Amino acid sequence: MKAIYALYVKPAQVQRAVDDLEAAGIADAQIEIVSSEPFEQYAFGQRDHETWMPWFAVTGAVIGFSAIYALMNYAQQAWPLNTGGMPILAVYPVVVPLFEMTMLGAVLATVATLVVTARLGRGGGLYDPEVSDGKILVGVTNPSESDIPAIERSLAPAQIKRIQ
Amino acid sequence: MNPEADRRMTEDFLRPLLHTTWKFYVAVAFFGSIVLAGFATWGYQIYTGIGIAGINSPVFWGFYLVNFVFWIGISHAGTLISAILRLVNATWRRPITRCAEAITAFALMIGAMFPLIHLGRVWLFYWLLPYPSQRGLWPNFRSPLVWDFFAITTYLLSSLLFLLLPMIPDFALVRDKTTGIRSRIYGLLSFGWRGTPKHWHRLESGMHIMAIVILPIAVSVHTVVSFDFSMAVVPMWHSTIFGPYFVTGAIFSGIAALIIAMALLRRLLHLEYYLRPIHFQNMGKLLVTMSLLWGYFVFNERLTVWYGNESHETGVFWATQAGDYAPFFWTMVIVNFVVPIVLVGIRRFRTITGTVIASCGVVVGMWLERFLIIIPSLSYKQLSYMWGSYAPTWAELTIMAATFAGIALLFLLFSKFVPIISIWELKVGDQPKIETDQPLADAEAEGELA
Repeated sequence: MKAIYALYVKPAQVQRAVDDLEAAGIADAQIEIVSSEPFEQYAFGQRDHETWMPWFAVTGAVIGFSAIYALMNYAQQAWPLNTGGMPILAVYPVVVPLFEMTMLGAVLATVATLVVTARLGRGGGLYDPEVSDGKILVGVTNPSESDIPAIERSLAPAQIKRIQ
Repeated sequence: MNPEADRRMTEDFLRPLLHTTWKFYVAVAFFGSIVLAGFATWGYQIYTGIGIAGINSPVFWGFYLVNFVFWIGISHAGTLISAILRLVNATWRRPITRCAEAITAFALMIGAMFPLIHLGRVWLFYWLLPYPSQRGLWPNFRSPLVWDFFAITTYLLSSLLFLLLPMIPDFALVRDKTTGIRSRIYGLLSFGWRGTPKHWHRLESGMHIMAIVILPIAVSVHTVVSFDFSMAVVPMWHSTIFGPYFVTGAIFSGIAALIIAMALLRRLLHLEYYLRPIHFQNMGKLLVTMSLLWGYFVFNERLTVWYGNESHETGVFWATQAGDYAPFFWTMVIVNFVVPIVLVGIRRFRTITGTVIASCGVVVGMWLERFLIIIPSLSYKQLSYMWGSYAPTWAELTIMAATFAGIALLFLLFSKFVPIISIWELKVGDQPKIETDQPLADAEAEGELA
């Protein structure tokens, strides 16, 4: 991966650099921002905001509910114990496992969605350990040769670093 | 946050991870030896049989079940408090959420061991799992013990994930600040975290959804634990208020445990700058609120039994009010109700020391409450010729001591390998606030972004 990047101290400087990169015609997908904390108050912190995570959580809940209902129904019908004419699959007592597995389904689906959509565990990507000191990285990955002067102007006056 | 403050904060929280003193080893050896004694005792019990415990007929549930309910209760503080404070965006929560979530995870692990210890023949535990026997017979899903399995498993898994997810950015920080094998281990734990806007959004969305989902789970867990009692036709157990009564008591004891843990960490790790008196005051207010709510439930329960005057219940009632168990009952009332209201309710006494003293009392009082729910009811059951008594044996006392040492040991090791305060969340809390509709340049010009 080829990249050009710079490190900033203040989020306002980052916002300006990102605005300049966008004005220079650099594609959003090429611009990388890396920080040691979220910056929700700035426009650059709002990138990639859209997520289907809540819907995946609901789907996980539905799967959890359906799976445990099917299991309990099968298990109790497989060896039906008739107790004084009471229903084999009684409503009230099965609510507890139904509730718990519904919630567990939602939790597991949320975590799975987080790991998959954030592409955690795949490694790679633009990074500099100085981010851990509170600096904010702004860079462009795989820039075309013609864009490099504009990128350097956008990232200035910060010191520019390159990955060849 | 300015780089100097950022650096100082990082140094403060990474110091316990990077530097180990002899005191740490002494503490680990001390608590570890008690935990080992507990495991050895459990091993001896498995070898010789459950007869070495004091449980008998009719008191077939003893210290093991008292401790089970107690630890599950303690586990309520963390995730519940953390989730509520996250959802209402209480900024003062930031230094305490990880500590709270860790208490939940550790107390649950310890609490969940007690049904296994109480089983005696622990190797038959798998009978509780939803798994058919050779004859195709499945566990009875209508049994409260199977509900326990589902509830505790769900809560434990959810709480562990709720604890682990916000640790990922901090693991990445430790990865960058260490070298060699340690850096590689933290690198694995950080799942390749970089901190792109997408990473932060997904993490915060995930934490928000989990905070919503985990609240009803936490409430359900202790309700299900209360069902272990209220589904049985035993004097003073078969009660409709047991669900909310147990949940209230659990949150109450959990808050107390959290305050004690915060005070210990503050002192031992020198976190005075981050865990400030305001945190103890706010937690103290929560403690008093729960104390009042707990007192309300106890009064309701006692008044209803007294007014009903059912002979099978009055035996238990008077044993706790004026009989053998009265000293425990009145101690419980004093430390759970009177002491917190005086020490935390009155502003003059609402200091860190006062809050911690009240919390220690509440932990003792809530343990006594679990004892008083279980033992007197089984000692004085419906038929007086079946009345009996219970005294714990050395085995039960050793295992109980081991669990207290166990949570101290787990906390000690946790604070050695994980920043005990969520560093990135604390940094967010220190960000300067700007109005969202205020132009960036204006804000900068006014010096708000400096």
